[in-house]
Amino acid sequence: MGGNFDNAGEVSSNIKTVLKQIGLPKDVIRKAALVAYESEINIVSYARKGMIRLRVVPDSIMIEAIDEGQGIPDIEQAMQPGFSTANQKIREMGFGAGMGLCNIKSFSDVFHISSEVGKGTHLRMIIRASSAVLNS
Amino acid sequence: MTLHEIRKLLDAEVLIGEDQLGMEVNTAFVADLMSDVLAFATAGSLLITGLTNPQVVRTADVLDIAAIIMGRGKRPSQETFQLAEEVNIPILTTKYILFEIAGRLYARGIRGCIEKVGSK
Repeated sequence: MGGNFDNAGEVSSNIKTVLKQIGLPKDVIRKAALVAYESEINIVSYARKGMIRLRVVPDSIMIEAIDEGQGIPDIEQAMQPGFSTANQKIREMGFGAGMGLCNIKSFSDVFHISSEVGKGTHLRMIIRASSAVLNS
Repeated sequence: MTLHEIRKLLDAEVLIGEDQLGMEVNTAFVADLMSDVLAFATAGSLLITGLTNPQVVRTADVLDIAAIIMGRGKRPSQETFQLAEEVNIPILTTKYILFEIAGRLYARGIRGCIEKVGSK
């Protein structure tokens, strides 16, 4: 839920647990958890409500962050490292320095963002897993 | 260095993880900005910070951080403490400022988990 910082990160912890149970390589799990976590922080910080969807297929992990909220007027600007509209509350949590979307992009193998002002934002990330480990 | 040695070196109090003091660590990252921790810290490193909210523990958990050291006499909030217990991440608190913590650890062989950004 947007605005509720108390449990921010819980979804990502659950994702991490699930991926561990599947037995994916550590660095793949770490990337996925990180991407999910930054997305979760964004939803909590800026949206009314949102969801994180996880899909695991044999060679990759897809994470989607879909929210209903204010949307992003200028995506190019929002992607710039250091650009932020965060309030004090977000900054006190150690976020809001304009690194979230950059981090998500740099830890994803495929990154797609679309947003509509007044409606919400949709992020889709793919993290590739090495197929060798998945066969085990 | 082991967490046990680090506790001694930093005159630190172990709040969580008394049973994990034998753990060896070689690298560390210092920041109060969790997004930078997420971007640059590596698994198995120490996280040295002045922040005390639950997001510090979430961040550490996501990254498989070995242990959290809170400087400047900072102590975790109740929620932070509970979460760290849940995910089993050691928390040490010390009155040294972050610069002193880093310097003391460096002098004993602990290194940054990366030297510069953009390098690995």
